[in-house]
Amino acid sequence: MINERLYGILLDSFWKILLPGLKVTIPLTVISFSLAMVIAVVMALIQFANIRVLKQLARFYIWVIRGTPLLVQLYVIFFGLPKVGIVLDPFPSAVIVFSLNEGAYGAEIIRAALEAVPRGQMEAGYCVGMSYLQIMRRIVLPQALRTAFPSLSNSLIAMVKDTSLAANITVTEMFMATQRIVARTYEPLALYCEVGLIYLMFSTVLTRLQHIGEKKLSFYISSK
Amino acid sequence: MLEIRDIKKNFGELQVLKGVDLDVEKGDVVAILGPSGSGKTTFLRCINFLETTDQGTMVFDGESFDMSRMSKKDIARIRRKTAFVFQNFNLFLNKTALENVTEGLVTARRIPKAQAEETGRKALDKVGLSDRWNYYPHQLSGGQQQRVAIARALATEPEIIFFDEPTSALDPELIGEVLEVMRELAQEGMTMLVVTHEMNFARNVSTRVIFMENGNVVEAGSSRDFFENPKAERTREFLRLVNV
Repeated sequence: MINERLYGILLDSFWKILLPGLKVTIPLTVISFSLAMVIAVVMALIQFANIRVLKQLARFYIWVIRGTPLLVQLYVIFFGLPKVGIVLDPFPSAVIVFSLNEGAYGAEIIRAALEAVPRGQMEAGYCVGMSYLQIMRRIVLPQALRTAFPSLSNSLIAMVKDTSLAANITVTEMFMATQRIVARTYEPLALYCEVGLIYLMFSTVLTRLQHIGEKKLSFYISSK
Repeated sequence: MLEIRDIKKNFGELQVLKGVDLDVEKGDVVAILGPSGSGKTTFLRCINFLETTDQGTMVFDGESFDMSRMSKKDIARIRRKTAFVFQNFNLFLNKTALENVTEGLVTARRIPKAQAEETGRKALDKVGLSDRWNYYPHQLSGGQQQRVAIARALATEPEIIFFDEPTSALDPELIGEVLEVMRELAQEGMTMLVVTHEMNFARNVSTRVIFMENGNVVEAGSSRDFFENPKAERTREFLRLVNV
């Protein structure tokens, strides 16, 4: 079934798909996920510290984001906002949506991880004179991040794949690049499988990194 | 040195402290005894402001405080002169033994790291753990963890150390090593306030005893009087039941 023509198409398109992967998919993921982590930590801390009004706002944000589809969020920002005069380019639109979306999920993961840190350590911190912020920064957050790390890695891997949705708002990432080649060559099965394999490749690298990261973060619970 | 008057504390409807007094002089080792639920741990936690207090006054080093209305600043100031050892050790799990001891010195007291480490090593040496300085808490036995916690308390050079049932979470075999460290501290004149179920410690090491029940002090006095001439009937019953 794999004749010479198809082989040529697959080989030729590999780079044509991979290149937007390296130039768009990965930067989109890295930027969005980094911003998402900042949002997530802030939202989690607001809830953990029980700051009154801000906590309500955080809950509201998480409620809205988690309760609506990612695709709808992309459409609202990119196709909807121009109606009220806010016109954003495709890439920044995608960054905004992906970071807000992941920020909400990440906030819940980190909040749960913060609550899992034995509370007595905070009291011990107070008793040796440390301030709330010092205790959070040096004792609680490092342990919470260790707990949250596997779940956050999951989210990162999910995000790499979810960036394919950005094709809907004309971001020329890997999936859109593939669609264009399919339109030219009429080989959907082979090409969509090929792009799938490239996503798998990216995810595999991330899975490896996750294992290394987990080992490093577990320094204080690995045995001597 | 430390004077507590009429501490009251409610958890909701339940009054757990019904007006407790305490006087501690420099060098005193005060054992707080009593059945579970008598309020002794709550009392100790109130004194170090780990719990809020509904009513009560504290005189510490000649300075008077209304315990129901403490400012953060005053709490911080008093805590600089006190230390607390918990039943469950509460070591910082992401820090080594030495880091546990130096953490507060470096962050809260802004002592240079090298100097803090020197203090830390001395403190670990004192509890017999200088060779375990780079072990993480989970690599240490319960007794060793509690000794690190005592070293952490010592490193801040407190005027008084509060112990909340320091041996209650330990295997029977590991209790001795912790009590031994505490006995040494007592001999060196450290002022200590110890909530405990260890009758031998209360009898042989502590200088004074407070016996609590239902949020009240039933009997307070010198350790010898308490064990040899108990006044209250409830005390006599308690001593009979614990076989001392």
